[in-house]
Amino acid sequence: MNILYFLVGCSVVMALIFLAAFVWSLRNGQHDDVVTPGMRVLFDDEVDAEGTVE
Amino acid sequence: MSTQKILDISLCYHCGEEIVGTDRILDGKHFCCAGCLGVYQILSSNNLCAYYSYNPAPGKRAASNAHFEYLDEPSIIKQLIDYQDHKSTIVTFYIPAIHCSSCIWLLEHLYKINPAIYNSRIDFLKKQVTISYQHKEMSLRHLVETLVEIGYEPAINLQDVVKEKSHSVNKSLILKIAVAGFCMGNVMLFSFPEYFGLSGLESQFQALFGWLNLTLSIPVVFYCGREYFVSAWNSLKHKHVNLDTPLALIIAVLFLRTSYAVVFNSGPGFADTLTGLVFLLLMGKWVKQRTYHHISFDRDYRSYFPIAVTTLIGGRQIPKAINELLVGDRLWIRNGELIPADSIVMKGNAWLDMSFVTGETEPQEKVLGEIAYAGGRQMGEGIELEVVKLPSQSYLTGLWNKEHYNHDAKHHFNDRVAKYFTIAVFVIAFSAMGYWLSYGNSNKAWAAFTAVIIVACPCVLTLSTPFTLSAILSIFDKKGFYVKNTDAVEDMASCNSIVFDKTGTLTTTEQAKLTFTGTLGDEDHKLVASLLTNSPHPLSRQILKSLEYGSFYPVSKYKEIPGKGISGQVCNRMVYAGNKSILPFDLKGNQQSGVHIVIDTAYKGTFIIEQQWRKGLKELVSTLQYNFLLTVLSGDTANDQEALKRIFPEKADINFEQSPHGKLKAILTKQKNGEKVMMIGDGLNDAGALKQSDFGIAITDNINNFTPGCDAILKGDSLTCLPNFQQLSKDGLKIISISFGIAIAYNCIGLYYAVQGTLYPLVAAVLMPVSTITIISFTSIATRFFARKNNLL
Repeated sequence: MNILYFLVGCSVVMALIFLAAFVWSLRNGQHDDVVTPGMRVLFDDEVDAEGTVE
Repeated sequence: MSTQKILDISLCYHCGEEIVGTDRILDGKHFCCAGCLGVYQILSSNNLCAYYSYNPAPGKRAASNAHFEYLDEPSIIKQLIDYQDHKSTIVTFYIPAIHCSSCIWLLEHLYKINPAIYNSRIDFLKKQVTISYQHKEMSLRHLVETLVEIGYEPAINLQDVVKEKSHSVNKSLILKIAVAGFCMGNVMLFSFPEYFGLSGLESQFQALFGWLNLTLSIPVVFYCGREYFVSAWNSLKHKHVNLDTPLALIIAVLFLRTSYAVVFNSGPGFADTLTGLVFLLLMGKWVKQRTYHHISFDRDYRSYFPIAVTTLIGGRQIPKAINELLVGDRLWIRNGELIPADSIVMKGNAWLDMSFVTGETEPQEKVLGEIAYAGGRQMGEGIELEVVKLPSQSYLTGLWNKEHYNHDAKHHFNDRVAKYFTIAVFVIAFSAMGYWLSYGNSNKAWAAFTAVIIVACPCVLTLSTPFTLSAILSIFDKKGFYVKNTDAVEDMASCNSIVFDKTGTLTTTEQAKLTFTGTLGDEDHKLVASLLTNSPHPLSRQILKSLEYGSFYPVSKYKEIPGKGISGQVCNRMVYAGNKSILPFDLKGNQQSGVHIVIDTAYKGTFIIEQQWRKGLKELVSTLQYNFLLTVLSGDTANDQEALKRIFPEKADINFEQSPHGKLKAILTKQKNGEKVMMIGDGLNDAGALKQSDFGIAITDNINNFTPGCDAILKGDSLTCLPNFQQLSKDGLKIISISFGIAIAYNCIGLYYAVQGTLYPLVAAVLMPVSTITIISFTSIATRFFARKNNLL
């Protein structure tokens, strides 16, 4: 059962990583605007005469 | 381009408005005016026609004659921009015209119009665009003018300069919730083995889990729960008890008991209850903070004023920031511009539209040497003024600087209950302790004392208010009634007197009725229509619509004088349309205001624009009169007295010619008489009254328009729902009282175990979430029930 010590440690570290990721995304402003990006993906890439995507 | 929809022929390809008058055709597409055509030309020449493929007719009419010279002033630029380095500048603008996905597409492709723009990002809900550009290649003024050209004029006003942002507060709360949630989840995980009972083999982990739980509680108490201690301490210092006091006590007791249990290995602690409690409390706080992205409730005169004005120094026009204006400065005010400071007319004739300041609809004439008050909008030729009072000290801004806005500290339901609640908890806790001490069982006495405090948690009480009120807010929201915060709903419920403004509140500006006093023959009709079709003025378009003419004569010698009217030669006859000052002769004895029509030398009649009462006003008043004292405070002249008397009951108080300060005083008098006043108004002239009233509602037909500072913003067409809104807010308070009763019932169960000193942590850990879930589901179901009852759902 000693393996539990290791597993508990792992689970706490994993959870801390997720928490850190959330904190980073919040500080980074990823939650500031949750509407516009959803509309932005619907715009088509434009193809000019030579067929290259801008 | 192939996906573009073919629109109805009679609608403008750009803005979608009906084409009246000349039909302008380019590339087989129809346009209503030169402005729309111009925008289309810019877009098509830059290969940006995909703009039209995402939404049909996405454009807004671009009708701006604003001057942006002031954007060349380094001191003003510095105030507006967000960031600047040696190469690029980043600036954020609020653009009210953003309304659909085509707008996002176009504004994010600005780099195609001018390569000096690196990129532009839109925040759709806030209607903001953040642009980074090369400032060596393109000036800020050029950037703004580019935006104006394509129909997206940014709103740049004085309040932008004084940026007061509250985002950081919200972010730190979310961060706290995240930490509390993280700790709660992990504590729950480590507490489960304890709940299910540990076998001998597993009990070696008990100490480990205990220490882990304690470690996880530390950030919850000292980071997430910190403000409860601060708030409790502050209220104790002022010798009174708020709801945070018992909460801080509970958090402290839970933490101390948990640490004691872990350190002395005397069984499981209350770490799960502790973390869960703090998490739920913070959630309640978050729900309470409602943010409206596009609405601001704290606007004052600064968001109505521009940030700069043209000054005359030695005969040259030099833009100057309004903050830097001095007494004695000479101002040059063009047609449609706003007077930023009380000043004396030095040159030219001032025709001032003071409707926003006084509520008076007629423009006022000010001649040489007279004082023009700040807030007036010049209609007509350019005028020269000399500043006599600084903008911050003018008659208008005085409304905001008055010191008498100290509302008595408002006591809401929670604060009132908190005192009794805390006293009751202490009485029970001490009597339980005393009981066990009298039996000489000091261990049990200590256990019972702490358990009572833990169980009697006002957690449910703190949650039921924000959850109920925010559910009500979101119902109001859907009906076009935007309330500032949850506390304001409680204020609304307590009102027993309603004060209405007249212009713009009881009347609507959008559906004005047009009547003609004289008679026009068929031929005259066509002459007038031909003249009007040349004018982009809203009045001309409105009259033209009512004339319903399809074909026109050519017009020569066309002249348009802003603020006065238009004239031109049609079929060798001179036609004049406008106010008295444009007519070739004086109209004696005619006091009517409106658009006068003169053909050659004959007066034909006047188009009168009548203000329309809002729909359903009579029904609204007849519903309200039984429960409220009704008052009308109008800044206008007593023209409409008869009409108002027909709508309002006899006992209603109707006052005319009220100055902004008079309105404010009237509200103060009412409040001294013990009335709880709800003020409904729209303009700057109501600003003082709105702020002073117990619940101020600003009414508007367009949410993006200016509204003065207030507690709530109401869409014009939802005014008829006002009694329902008020009833629902009252019902909301009822729901809170009932949920308080439910919470007490749960507390009694917990107290039964607590006073016996046998409260096992599992009971506490289960009781708290169960009671919370009950309350939250009760409040949301009950709110929906009452909303349906009030026809709001």
